Amino acid sequence: MKRSRRRFLEASAGTAAWGAAAALGLIAVMPAGAARNAAGFDSKAAAEAVKHLGATDALESKDIIITAPDIAENGAVVPIAVTSKLPNTQSISIIAEKNPFPLAATFDFGSGAEGYASVRLKMGQTSNVRAIVKADGKFYTAVKEVKVTVGGCG
Amino acid sequence: MAEPMRIRATLQGDVADVRILMRHPMETGQRKDAKGQVIPLHFIQNVVVSHNGKTVFDAQWSQAVSRDPFLGLRIKGAKAGDKIMVTWTDNKGDKRSDEATVAPPS
Repeated sequence: MKRSRRRFLEASAGTAAWGAAAALGLIAVMPAGAARNAAGFDSKAAAEAVKHLGATDALESKDIIITAPDIAENGAVVPIAVTSKLPNTQSISIIAEKNPFPLAATFDFGSGAEGYASVRLKMGQTSNVRAIVKADGKFYTAVKEVKVTVGGCG
Repeated sequence: MAEPMRIRATLQGDVADVRILMRHPMETGQRKDAKGQVIPLHFIQNVVVSHNGKTVFDAQWSQAVSRDPFLGLRIKGAKAGDKIMVTWTDNKGDKRSDEATVAPPS
């Protein structure tokens, strides 16, 4: 009980800060301390997380390559790499659609970094892994299914 | 408290391939200990990477990232000897920064 109350407080504080920052037009300004998308990270459904990323109208793109195993034997450590060949890639988000909190990571790139990030995730069950790329102000997406034989959320 | 990271940065052409291994429990807040008590959330929320003092990469993470996280990224326009600085911050406000230099191609 106590924990859920704290989560709620954190979430509402985070959302308020996010809203304030958006109002001031601070969010578009990248490097150095991009505001945390608390609402996105607290989303419990993939569609909700996508909405909080502002990417509901993302286009499918073949220029996004998700490198992940077809079958992950250990859900606690699933290596996932995303490469974006889209020009002017600003950020990459990774969503494990069936995780309790689907949004796993958002990577923001300054001008000095290539549109590539590699990370290891925990996955509770077999699920689509969705990458959402923001490039030149527009959103693009790609998806890959990863089968998980032993879940990693226990 | 936090243990040092292992950072390896290798030059490939003019791109530095950076691999970082952090030490962190990355608790999801869903596991229980032997007594059935929930182990509280404890995870790295933010990782910032800078190249010669300029921020080039900013990662926001959830608790879904695996324990002892690995992070790979590529920095353009790098030269051997350039400084790569990595700083993480977790949800309890713990921080850790480590620095590495870009190694020439092997």
